[in-house]
Amino acid sequence: MRLRILNSGHTFGTKLLFALIRAVSRQPVLDVIKLVKYRADFYGAPMSRVTQEAMRGPSTWSVADRELMAAFVAKTNQCEFCIKAHSAVAQRAYGSGKNVSAFLSDLETGAVAEPLRATLLMLGKLTREHTLDVEDIQPVLAAGASPQQVEDALAVCFSFNVVGRLADAFGFFVPGREAFDAGAKYLLARGYR
Amino acid sequence: MSDVRQGQTMLVRRILEGDGKASPSERRAAFNNSGLAEPVGTLVDRVAKHAYKVTDEDIAAARESGLSEDQIFEIVVCAAIGQAARLYDTAFAALEAARGRSEHAATNPQ
Repeated sequence: MRLRILNSGHTFGTKLLFALIRAVSRQPVLDVIKLVKYRADFYGAPMSRVTQEAMRGPSTWSVADRELMAAFVAKTNQCEFCIKAHSAVAQRAYGSGKNVSAFLSDLETGAVAEPLRATLLMLGKLTREHTLDVEDIQPVLAAGASPQQVEDALAVCFSFNVVGRLADAFGFFVPGREAFDAGAKYLLARGYR
Repeated sequence: MSDVRQGQTMLVRRILEGDGKASPSERRAAFNNSGLAEPVGTLVDRVAKHAYKVTDEDIAAARESGLSEDQIFEIVVCAAIGQAARLYDTAFAALEAARGRSEHAATNPQ
């Protein structure tokens, strides 16, 4: 990471926690964990509350769908760390019936319901072009997504437009697949708290 | 207000108005991506518009301008949250407009 404080500026208690994570998971501590645990009262704690609500709070989108949205926002932002992290979570959440990686490469051919596809296209435009108007929302509603589902998707988009920017700006290390698989298992079991 | 919006409001209030190592005016400027002197202005603009283009040199230049690592941490966090909040607000306004049109169509059938 580009800031030394994010690698080694944590409190003694947090460093002990990292040692425990390394021992239990047998994987390095992901840089996103180091970020949220650094001066957590400034960013990590309030941001985790927002992300937990968006990703695990009440919604008619499944957890898998919301993780796919996170991965898609990351792909649009070209954030390698977040693409790999949330593709792994989405894949584990959907199970073997869906190929998340193939779907992210081609939204048109993947097996996904129309409301979700239309929602992803809308999130892609917002993230890529930094603008959205009523004409971009109407096709999503026409495809069968409810206004509440659009609102829920925008909440996911908010969180991952923050996290992806920080991952790239701070230069998160991108580990191997095993580390992301361990992270995915944790996020599905415990969420973003 | 939904729990998510309430949480976003608390997050923004914390980073802009709570204790910090960067001044409140620097944090606000980073959040707004406006009014920061170079080289921090370039770093903040990259975080907001295309964070994957941020380089080691951008961070090093911010450090050499006299900012501590804690100040850079806060400024980058504010820049990221500010841009994400603007995107969210733009999209939420579009959603509200779409809801308004649907209600108008429902109450004024042709």
